[in-house]
Amino acid sequence: MNRLPPALRPNRLSSPRRRLALAAVAVGVLSLLLTATASADFFTPESGGSPNADKIDTLYKLLLGVAAVVFVGVEGALFYCLWKFKARKGAVAAQIHGNTRLEIGWTVGAALILVVLAGFTFAALPGIRTPPNTGPNGFQSADGVLTAGVSKRLPPNGKSLNIDVNGQQYVWRYTYPDGDTNTLNNVFAYEELVVPVDTAVTLDIRAQDVAHSWWIPKLGGKFDALPGYTNATWFKIPAKLAGQTFTGQCAELCGRGHANMTARVKAVTAQEFEAFLIAQKKDTEAGDKAAASAREKLEKTLKTEQVPTP
Amino acid sequence: MASSETTLPPPLTATPVPEIVAHEVVREPEGWRSWVTTTDHKKIGIMYLVLTFVFFLLGGVEALLIRLQLAQADNTLLTPQTYNELFTMHGTTMVFLFVVPIMAGFGNYLVPLMIGARDMAFPKLNALSFWLLAAGGIVFYGSIFFSPPECGWTCYSPLSSSEYLPSGGVDAWIFLIHLTGLSSLVGAVNFYATIANMRAPGMGWGRLPLFCWTILTYAVLLILALPVIAAAVTLLLTDRHFGTHFYDASSGGSPLLWQHLFWFFGHPEVYIMVLPGFGIISEVLPVFARKPIFGYKAIAAATVVIAFLGLLVWAHHMFSTPSPTIVLVFFMMSSFLIAVPTGVKMFNWIATLWRGTIEFTVALLFAVGFLFTFLIGGITGIFLAVFPVDWQLTDTYFVVAHLHYVLVGGAVLAIFSGIYFWFPKITGRMLSESVGKVSFWLILIGFHTTFFIQHAIGLDGMPRRVYEYPDVGNLELYNQISTVGSFILALGVGVTVVNVLRSLKKGAIAGPDPWKGNTLEWFTPSPPPVNNFDTVPRIRSVEPMKDIRREVARQSEQAEQPRPSPEPVA
Repeated sequence: MNRLPPALRPNRLSSPRRRLALAAVAVGVLSLLLTATASADFFTPESGGSPNADKIDTLYKLLLGVAAVVFVGVEGALFYCLWKFKARKGAVAAQIHGNTRLEIGWTVGAALILVVLAGFTFAALPGIRTPPNTGPNGFQSADGVLTAGVSKRLPPNGKSLNIDVNGQQYVWRYTYPDGDTNTLNNVFAYEELVVPVDTAVTLDIRAQDVAHSWWIPKLGGKFDALPGYTNATWFKIPAKLAGQTFTGQCAELCGRGHANMTARVKAVTAQEFEAFLIAQKKDTEAGDKAAASAREKLEKTLKTEQVPTP
Repeated sequence: MASSETTLPPPLTATPVPEIVAHEVVREPEGWRSWVTTTDHKKIGIMYLVLTFVFFLLGGVEALLIRLQLAQADNTLLTPQTYNELFTMHGTTMVFLFVVPIMAGFGNYLVPLMIGARDMAFPKLNALSFWLLAAGGIVFYGSIFFSPPECGWTCYSPLSSSEYLPSGGVDAWIFLIHLTGLSSLVGAVNFYATIANMRAPGMGWGRLPLFCWTILTYAVLLILALPVIAAAVTLLLTDRHFGTHFYDASSGGSPLLWQHLFWFFGHPEVYIMVLPGFGIISEVLPVFARKPIFGYKAIAAATVVIAFLGLLVWAHHMFSTPSPTIVLVFFMMSSFLIAVPTGVKMFNWIATLWRGTIEFTVALLFAVGFLFTFLIGGITGIFLAVFPVDWQLTDTYFVVAHLHYVLVGGAVLAIFSGIYFWFPKITGRMLSESVGKVSFWLILIGFHTTFFIQHAIGLDGMPRRVYEYPDVGNLELYNQISTVGSFILALGVGVTVVNVLRSLKKGAIAGPDPWKGNTLEWFTPSPPPVNNFDTVPRIRSVEPMKDIRREVARQSEQAEQPRPSPEPVA
């Protein structure tokens, strides 16, 4: 780098040169970091809870690999030019106006890179879009409760546990299927969604008031909940992750409580899930009964205390 | 045709009789009145630059408050309401009151000078455009005394409906969009008319400076995109106050309609913001590399192609909405396509440096900082264009990082490069180069410290627009790094402000052409006189000043030599 005799290096240029060298080193370190930590979480999306999240992660890493090459190549060329073609005494700039062949070359080159990236995406797409069948450890009676939408993607065997996810300021409400079309008597829950492992779980995502966005990073991408629309996604949590809880939060600005609109997905075994549904149903019924008797009591007291108005 | 000859006026052989009778001589207004009543493109340009820079500083203060709130997990410095108001003000200010109009400021000042015109085509409309902008800014900032909007700069419906945000903040925002939109529209027509009709003799389309190419494209994009947002916010206004239901799903309207209309404007808006920045870079690099721009035609063509494709990519902001796969695929592919002309520009700029003799002035440093930074923004843009990957990244800090890499890298660094490059022309004095270098390094380091880490914050699952976050993983550490960076960045901007204020009085006298520029603005004295040019030179290339200098050198050489022939030297 310093092969030029000192006499040929004008003094006033030595400091930008040092800075440039520093910057070049920084770029080197940065690109090393990029490639070396590609597998670490620092530079990749969350994954591990569901095949679609894992496939997005893989696709992302492929992009990252290509991006790292482009980054190092282009920034390398830039810094090389800055270092090599600094104004020096006696140096004369080459009066080049262009080079058609070269320009066509890099246009086609850039396009080719993008064709490759599109290829990666189309190859990964089916695995991200379409859920797999429920596995042997999954919740087996998850049939007959399908509300197949137009754009809804179901597993190859057409069976999934379909849960209605409803965003409202500032909480998520989950309605579990019970086999009939009346959803008023279904099991429901807020904030924490309990689901069986190894089961294809499909979600119908809606919103009640403003726009929200459903996102559990480890279980795949986010899907907006828009009033008047039904969005859909799915996940299938591996059997070995039973007992784990995955957290996420609303990802579309929905008002002052947006930051606190959290969601949890708790993975349990199929047996535990059935027990959960039963317990939840019982609780709801007990609650309904208690409310009914309380209402009766209140009505009675209101009647006795009521003063006839003139 | 033959008959027209007979209707010609009598030949102009008689001495012309002056027909203007002056009753009084109106004195040129002085002091502040000379600014308020001016129709001079240079004065209007300066007012644009100053006003928008003030808004830049205001938007910057809002950003610092946002970063202060996020410096700590579960921080209680700001209430959620204030926080939402701050990021709404920040985004709106930076887009509508800083980046878009400051480009109009550069355009106003420079386009007539660069094309050899004596003013814009419609000087009074030009003044109107500036005052509409000022009105928009005042109306919008007036809301801070009442209740600023809190729906983000995108103001998604139904959150922006009167049911959820009944206060007048959203209405102030709508008014701002209308006023600044009208301002830009009037300005755009003016730029178009000026560039199309008022170029110097010999300046064909192939000799138009690249900055003017980008301003022309900027004008066309504004003319195409602004009516859409004007209509969209008008519908929002009638929804809010006059009982319509365009965006109300419960009455048959559609919140998705707002998103489509907003982004149909919103994505071209991104190119409206960065294309003039590209133009500045295309002017600065060749001057300091002492080399012609590499592939003039390719860069001009890429500008136009980017603008065209920029109209076809809007729904890549909406990949997580309920949309058919074919729509997602279309917008992924169109977004990929737009990367090609952008990449071409990048390669051309680097090739412009290749085999040049690069002088590291502050203007060049900012231009190079732009190349370094904008490339990263471009690369993360590819990630976001791949819609399955976008599902993980959209609406998180990854997107915040990306858009700041694009807009600060693509627009703000270019603006600073432009400030250091053209300040001598505008004021007649030089900015301090050494202070400028300090500012450059603070801005560059501050910027990357603030925003690079935000990619990781987003990948770790932190959504944007949240006023607080839990202390899990490294979130707090990452956010602290980002906050420290933002203050370094702010310091860097402050250094330039000090530099500008000091140099106005104390800067070295610049002379007409301190950089040995290529384009016609350097032909005029600094600052240029009201009429710009007494004689407009004939243009023979993209770099008229090089031709003029060469001609002058040739003539003075001849003058010095003993005359071999009795021919008189002009």
